[in-house]
Amino acid sequence: MNLPYSSTAANRRAPHAPRVFAYAAPRHFFPLAAALTPWFAALAIVAGLAGLYIGLLLVPADAQQHDAFRIIFVHVPAAWMSMLIYLAMAAWAGVGLVYNTRLSAMMASALAPTGALFTFLALWTGALWGKPTWGAWWVWDARLTSELILLFLYFGFMALHASIDEPRRADRAAAILALAGVANVPVIYFSVIWWNTLHQGASVSLNSAPSMAAPVLAGMLLMTLAFWAYSVAAVLRRVRCIMLEREGSADWLNAKTGGG
Amino acid sequence: MLSILALTARRELLLALRRPAEILMPPLFFLVAATLYPLAIGPDQELLRAIAPGVLWVSALLAALLGLQRLFAADFADGTLEQALLAPHPLLLTVWAKAGAHWLLAGLPLVAVAPLLAIQYDMAPQALGVLLASLLLGTPVLSLLGALGAALALNARGGSVLLALMLAPLYIPLLILGSSAVQAEAQGLGSSAHLLLLAGLLCGTAALAPWATVAALRVALE
Repeated sequence: MNLPYSSTAANRRAPHAPRVFAYAAPRHFFPLAAALTPWFAALAIVAGLAGLYIGLLLVPADAQQHDAFRIIFVHVPAAWMSMLIYLAMAAWAGVGLVYNTRLSAMMASALAPTGALFTFLALWTGALWGKPTWGAWWVWDARLTSELILLFLYFGFMALHASIDEPRRADRAAAILALAGVANVPVIYFSVIWWNTLHQGASVSLNSAPSMAAPVLAGMLLMTLAFWAYSVAAVLRRVRCIMLEREGSADWLNAKTGGG
Repeated sequence: MLSILALTARRELLLALRRPAEILMPPLFFLVAATLYPLAIGPDQELLRAIAPGVLWVSALLAALLGLQRLFAADFADGTLEQALLAPHPLLLTVWAKAGAHWLLAGLPLVAVAPLLAIQYDMAPQALGVLLASLLLGTPVLSLLGALGAALALNARGGSVLLALMLAPLYIPLLILGSSAVQAEAQGLGSSAHLLLLAGLLCGTAALAPWATVAALRVALE
């Protein structure tokens, strides 16, 4: 839970930290996040509109799947983001656990809902795509199953964090769970891979030419950029809310918000 | 070191023996839960043979969740856990003793009950052998990961529901490997690969989970 911090926490500062580490302090990060949010929001809207224009209007219908394939422009970016955000969340949680930096833990908490949202979106769009092409909303295939487990991992993280009242303890306990989940992700992936798999392999990888037309790829990458920018904007906005909830009594915040 | 481990484990087992009714809980639950499926699905033997590995593994997993919530709770409440943290020996020993005792009380009895259930599901002898082997390799993983979950939930509200929500995704690989080992044997494909992977999972969990559990206990006790 995000209750106000008790002021007993010691405020240790490294003697010769580089300038960039100043932003690890909430009081410096708060205005930075506020300044960056609109830019990322604008980028999300512009890239999203461009990606949707390419995906829905420019690209012709697929020879086999007709218009049904167009969901790729939401489905694949959402699936990418769902995994990337989990890794980011676990990384922030790990940094918070090791270095005891409050901001890292707040970032992990702020990332979780957005990650769960994209995981759900990937599953939902996958179901919408699966019905016309495979004839089923859901199949117990390796990819689908791992994505569902990823959603459960997000739920577990958020549930544990929400059910511990003290924010510091909630942060640290949830961080351990997030890291246990990361250790589990490859295990999950390989344990389900033995099932008969229906989901197509990756069409885009870094070490081979993409097996799709250039405009399709461009649309997909633009949508990925849009989702990524949206995530950054949403998470920065959320992390500021968490700061207000937890550090509501801090002087620097009261000077900013005029509260007391 | 070993004497501390033995002492802690002995204390756990003694405390459990003082409440014999609770010792019977996990195997009884296993028995009852696994009995419900044929009643709901019907007595078709072909079908029962097909679903037996999965059903028995899920029931065992749920049975192992039963006593977890109390694994550290009493010692946490009366300060014993804090003393263990202050004691000169590492907290890791306490975690190992607790997880080991949980396995002896809630894991091993499941293996003992399994043959009885295998008869109900008309399982072939070889399949039963693999089921027992997979449970022997898998139930310690349930206890080790369960200890991690129990430690994380110490300061939390939400109790057993939270535990199930946290542990379910972590248990999934074990569930897949355990039940597919039995299925592979029943289909005549051989189960050695699955059992070796289960053994690997056990080694990995034994190496990492207690260490994470210690970290979780330190968070709860700080």
